[in-house]
Amino acid sequence: MIAPENDVQAQTLAMQAPIAARPSLWNKALRNRRVMAGTAILALMLLVAVLAPWLGTVDPALIDVSARNLKPGELLSITLDDGSAVDHTAYFGTDNLGRDVFSRVLYGTRVSLVIGAAVAMISLTIGLVIGLLAGFFRHLDGPVMRVMDALMAIPGILLAITLVAIWKGGMLTVILAIVVPDIPRVVRLVRSVVLSVREEPYVEAAESLGAPTVWLLIRHVLPNTVAPLIVQGTFLCAAAMLSEAALSFLGIGIPPEIPSWGNIIAEGRALFRVHPHNIFYPSIFLALTVLAVNVLGDGLRDALDPKMHKNL
Amino acid sequence: MLSFIIRRMLALMPVLLLVAAFAFLVLRMVPGDPAAIIAGETATTEQVAEIRQRLGLDQTLARQFVIWISHVVRGDFGESYFFKLPVMDLVLQRIEPTLALGACALMISVVAAVPLGVLAAFRQGSRIDDMVMGLSVLGFSVPGFVLGYALMYVFAIQLEWLPVQGYTRIADGLGPFLARIILPASALAVVYIALIARITRTSVLEVLNEDYIRTARAKGLTEAEVLVRHALRNAAVPILTIIGIGIGLLIGGAVVTESVFAIPGLGRLTVEAVLSRDFPVIQALIVLFSVAYVMVNLLVDIGYAFLDPRIRY
Amino acid sequence: MKTPYLIKYSLAALGTALALTAPAVQSQTIKVVMHSDLKVFDPTVSTAYIVRNHGYMVFDQLVARDEKGVVKPQMADKWETSKDGLVWTFTLRDGQEWHDGTPVTAEDCIASIKRFNQRDATGLRAAPFIKTYEVVNAKTFRIVLNEPYGLLLDSLSKPSLAPLFMMPKKVAETPAAEPIKPEQVIGSGPFVFKRDEWRPGEKVVYVKNTKYKPRAEPPSGLAGGKVAYVDRVEWIAIPDGQTALAALTNGEIDMVEILANDLVPLAAKNKSLVVEPAWKQTYFLRPNWVNPPFDNPKIRQAAMIALNQEQILKGMVGDARNYKVCYSTYACNSPFYTDAGMGAMVRGDAKRAAALLKEAGYDGTPILLPHTTDLPVLNNLGPLAKQQLERAGFKVELAPSDWQSLTMRLRKKEKPSEGGWSAYMSSLDLNDAQNPIDRGSFNTNCKTSFLGWPCDDKMEQMRDAFARTSDPAAKKGLAREMQERNAEIVTVIPLGEYAAVSARSIKLEPTFKQPLTLFYGVKKK
Repeated sequence: MIAPENDVQAQTLAMQAPIAARPSLWNKALRNRRVMAGTAILALMLLVAVLAPWLGTVDPALIDVSARNLKPGELLSITLDDGSAVDHTAYFGTDNLGRDVFSRVLYGTRVSLVIGAAVAMISLTIGLVIGLLAGFFRHLDGPVMRVMDALMAIPGILLAITLVAIWKGGMLTVILAIVVPDIPRVVRLVRSVVLSVREEPYVEAAESLGAPTVWLLIRHVLPNTVAPLIVQGTFLCAAAMLSEAALSFLGIGIPPEIPSWGNIIAEGRALFRVHPHNIFYPSIFLALTVLAVNVLGDGLRDALDPKMHKNL
Repeated sequence: MLSFIIRRMLALMPVLLLVAAFAFLVLRMVPGDPAAIIAGETATTEQVAEIRQRLGLDQTLARQFVIWISHVVRGDFGESYFFKLPVMDLVLQRIEPTLALGACALMISVVAAVPLGVLAAFRQGSRIDDMVMGLSVLGFSVPGFVLGYALMYVFAIQLEWLPVQGYTRIADGLGPFLARIILPASALAVVYIALIARITRTSVLEVLNEDYIRTARAKGLTEAEVLVRHALRNAAVPILTIIGIGIGLLIGGAVVTESVFAIPGLGRLTVEAVLSRDFPVIQALIVLFSVAYVMVNLLVDIGYAFLDPRIRY
Repeated sequence: MKTPYLIKYSLAALGTALALTAPAVQSQTIKVVMHSDLKVFDPTVSTAYIVRNHGYMVFDQLVARDEKGVVKPQMADKWETSKDGLVWTFTLRDGQEWHDGTPVTAEDCIASIKRFNQRDATGLRAAPFIKTYEVVNAKTFRIVLNEPYGLLLDSLSKPSLAPLFMMPKKVAETPAAEPIKPEQVIGSGPFVFKRDEWRPGEKVVYVKNTKYKPRAEPPSGLAGGKVAYVDRVEWIAIPDGQTALAALTNGEIDMVEILANDLVPLAAKNKSLVVEPAWKQTYFLRPNWVNPPFDNPKIRQAAMIALNQEQILKGMVGDARNYKVCYSTYACNSPFYTDAGMGAMVRGDAKRAAALLKEAGYDGTPILLPHTTDLPVLNNLGPLAKQQLERAGFKVELAPSDWQSLTMRLRKKEKPSEGGWSAYMSSLDLNDAQNPIDRGSFNTNCKTSFLGWPCDDKMEQMRDAFARTSDPAAKKGLAREMQERNAEIVTVIPLGEYAAVSARSIKLEPTFKQPLTLFYGVKKK
C-alpha cells in the first residue's frame, strides 16, 4: 500500500539519526522547491475543503432525476423545498442521479483529506508507541517484531478488505482498515531509530548512570524520530488516499452518501465511456493531491537527509 | 550457504504461524455463530447443530486451531460457502492468470525501469533526470484502475489493437495469451516501474559517488564498463529488496486490475469472496498470499547472499 | 542443444493453434454475459433469476404457459380431469430421456412435483389440496385431490420463482431444504450442463442435447417446440458493464443480457448490435411489519403516499421508452390489472404523507433501509427513496451492503439497531407479478408469511377464495379487492415497471418472442 522504497529511504534517514535534524536543516527543508510546491497545492486543497459551501456548490446529496448526466457546464435548475427554483451551473456535470459533480468533488476533498491525515496520524502514533517499546525493552522486541512481520506478510489490500468484511462498513472502518497494514512499517522505522540511538556512547553513559528509561526516550530518541516519521507520514497519507479510492472502487469503501473522490469515481466507473466527467474530475483532484503529498515528502526527505545534503 | 537458508526458513516459521492464526481468527471475529453462517439462512436448528459438531466448532479455540492447521498443511482449506466446492480447487483454477499477470508485470517493470533509473543516475541533475523522477512520482499518484481504464480506452477501444478483456490460457495459444495480458500487465507495471526506477537511480547514484568508481574512471575504464562491472552489481541489492517488498504491491494491484480487465484470477476471487463473506476462501487467500510473499522474500535474501559476500546474517 | 527443441515447441504451438481454429465453421457457440453469476444449481430451492434461467436451459416442464398465459402440455402429451374435478391424469410424451440416457417416467414426475410442493410458495399452497399421487404406468400418473382446486394447472405450470421442472427421481429425492449439487444437474431439457467445463466465477457451459425431441408446434411463451439451433452456449462472467459492452462491440461475445441504462445510447450507436428492452420487471418496496415505525399501518400508508413511482423510474432508468408507470400491484399486462385503491398512492404527495404521519403520531423513529451497492440494477433505489421519504418527514438511514449480505439480513426479525431492517427494495420479474397468488407479497398468513411478516386474516381469506374459485369474473373481483386491501394495510409498494435493456449482436436471431432469456429458438448467423 505504501510506496516501499520510501520505507528503505526513510530507514536510511533514520540510521543517520544521531546527527539530529538541526534547525538549519529545517530551514533548508522549508526553502526546498519541492516542499514549497507540495505545500502550496495542499494548502489549496485545504482551502477548498474548508470553504466548500461557499464556492458555488449545492447540496452534494441532492438528487434531481430530471437533471441526470448533464455535461460539464450545463445548467440545472434546482427546486427547493419551498417551491422556489434556483439556477446553478454544473461546472463538472451531473452524475446519473442528477447530483452536481462539482459539489461532490469539492465536498469530497474533506473526506479524502481527513482520511489521509487520520490514517497518517493514527499509524504514526500507534507505530511510534509500539516501536519505542520494542526498541527499548529487549524481551518485547522479539514477539512484537514477529507479529509485525506477520502483518507485513499479508498483502495490505487483502488485509484491509478482510477487515472491512469483518467489521461493519463506514468511515471509521475504512480508516482503521488502512491503518492496520501500515503500522508495521512505522514500527520498523521507529525501532531502528531507537536501536541506533541506544548504541550511542552518550546514551549508554546516561543509562549506566541510572537515567530513567522514559527520560532517555523523550530526551534522545524522540527528537531523532521526528524527521523520518514526518517523511513517512507524508507517504502514508498519499497511500491512504489511494487505498480509499481502491476500496471504494471495489465497492467496500466509504458509503456513497458521503462523497469521497474514491466513491465518486467508483460510482462513475460504470459510465466511464459515455460520461467520463464522473471519473475525470475526481481523478484529477485525487492525483494532484497525492502527487503534492508525495512531492512534499520527497522534498522533505531530501532536505532532511544529511547524506543527500552533501550532493545538492 | 545451506545453513544460512535453513536458518532463514526456521526464522520464518513463527511468522507463518502468526499469519495462520490471524486467518483462523478471521472467521471467528465475525459477529454471529460460524456454524449458522456456514449452514446458510434456510437451515434448521438441528442442521446448524449438526454442522457445528461435524466441523468441530464446539471444541476449544486452541483445539480447533490445531485441527485447522493440520488440514491447511495438507492443502485442505475446506469448502467455499457459495460455490460448495473445495477451496483449493477454486484457487488452483484461478492461479494461472494471476501468476501470469504478475510475472509479465514484473518483467515489463524491470526491463523498463532499470534502464530508466540508470539513465537518470548517469545524467543526474539534467532534464532527463527530472523527467524520469517527475514521471515516477506521477506513476505513484494515479490510481491503478484509472490507469487500467485509460489504457483500455486508448489501445483496445479507440485503436482496436488489442482485445478488451479476459484471459486466454497459455495452453490455448501463446498469441492470444500475449494479446490479452499486455494491457493489464502494463497497467499493473506502472507503479512498479516508478518504484524500481527511483530506487535504481538512488542506488546507482550512491555507488557512482564512491571512491572506487573514481578510481575505475581514473584507471581508464569506459562508462559502460564502469556501469556493468561496478555500478549495477552493487546497485542490485536494493533493487532486489524492492522486488521482494513490491510483491505485496503487485498482489494489491492485481485485485484492482483483474476487476477492470475481467481476468478470472485470484484478485477477482478475493473481491468476490469478500463481497459475499465467503470466509473459507478469504482465509485460504490470506495464508497463500502470505506464504508467497514470505517465499519471495526468502529468495531475495538468498539472492543478497549471492550478490554481496559481505552479507551473511 | 536448445534450437531443435524450440522449433519443435513452436511447431506444436502453431499446430495446436491451427487445430483449434479449424472446427469453428462447424460448431456454433453463443457467448453471453448474463446478469449475474451462477452459484446455485437448484431452481426449486433458489429464487434467484439466474438459477431460473439455468433451469430453462437444462430442464423441461410438465406443462407450460404460452404467450397468452394459457397452460399447454409440454413434457405431458395430454391430461384428463374426472367429472368431479378430483382426479387429474397426466400422460407423458414418448421417447423422452434424461441427460444420462435413462428414460423419463411417471415416478420421476411425481417425485419432482412432491419436492416442489414442499418448498415453493405456490406449491405449498397446493399441497393441502392433494390427497395422493398414483402411478398408472411408466408414462401415466394421477394426482388425486381432496377437493377441487382451481389453481392446480397454474401451479404445475408455474413459470418463474420457482418454476416447476421435472427431475429424475434420484435427484428429486434430495430433501427440499438442500440445493441439488452440480453433479446432480440431470434434466430432460434442450441443453446439457457441461460440468467438466464449468469454471466457477468464469464461465458456465451448455451443449446441445442431441437427443431432445422438441414438440411439433412452434414455440409460444414457455410452451411449444424448443429447438436448440446452436451447439454450445457459454455464460461468461464479466462483472464490469463497460468491459462487457466493449467485448460485445469487439465480437468477443454475442450478447449482454442486461446493459446498464446509461450505456444504452453508446450501444445503440453501433450498427452491428441490436439493443432492445428485453426483461420486464417492476421495482417494489416491502415494509417490515414487525419493527416500528412500520408496525403502524398508517405510517406504512404514509410511505406509500410519499414515494413517487415516476421519479424513481426516471432516476433508475432515465429513458422514458424503457419504463412505464403502473399504479397497480399487478403487472400492467396482467389480466388482473386494476388501479383500484391506488388513487393517492406512489405519486410523491409529500404534503399528504406528512399530514398522515402527524395523524399517526410518528415519533421520528428512523427507517433503516438496507441499500444494495453491488447490483447496478438496484443501487440507486436507496438514495432515491430516501429523498422522497424525507420530503414527507420520515427519518431515513441507508445501510449499504452487498446483495448477498442483504438477503441474509432480511431474515432477521430483530430491531434495526441489532441488525434488522425496516423496509427493503428490490426488483421483480413481471412474470411473477401477474396475480395475487404468484405475487408472494400478498401472503399474509400470520404463520407462514415471509420477509416483512405481514399478518392479515381478511387478505388471507380473499386469497383462499381466489385459489378455490374458477370463475374468471369472481377472480377479477377478488383481485381488485385484494389490491384495495393492500392500499390499506400495505404489504408491498409497487414502484414502477421497466424493461432492462439487452444488447446482442445482429448475428443472433431469436425466432419467437421470449418471455425471459432463453437460448433455444435462437439462431446464429
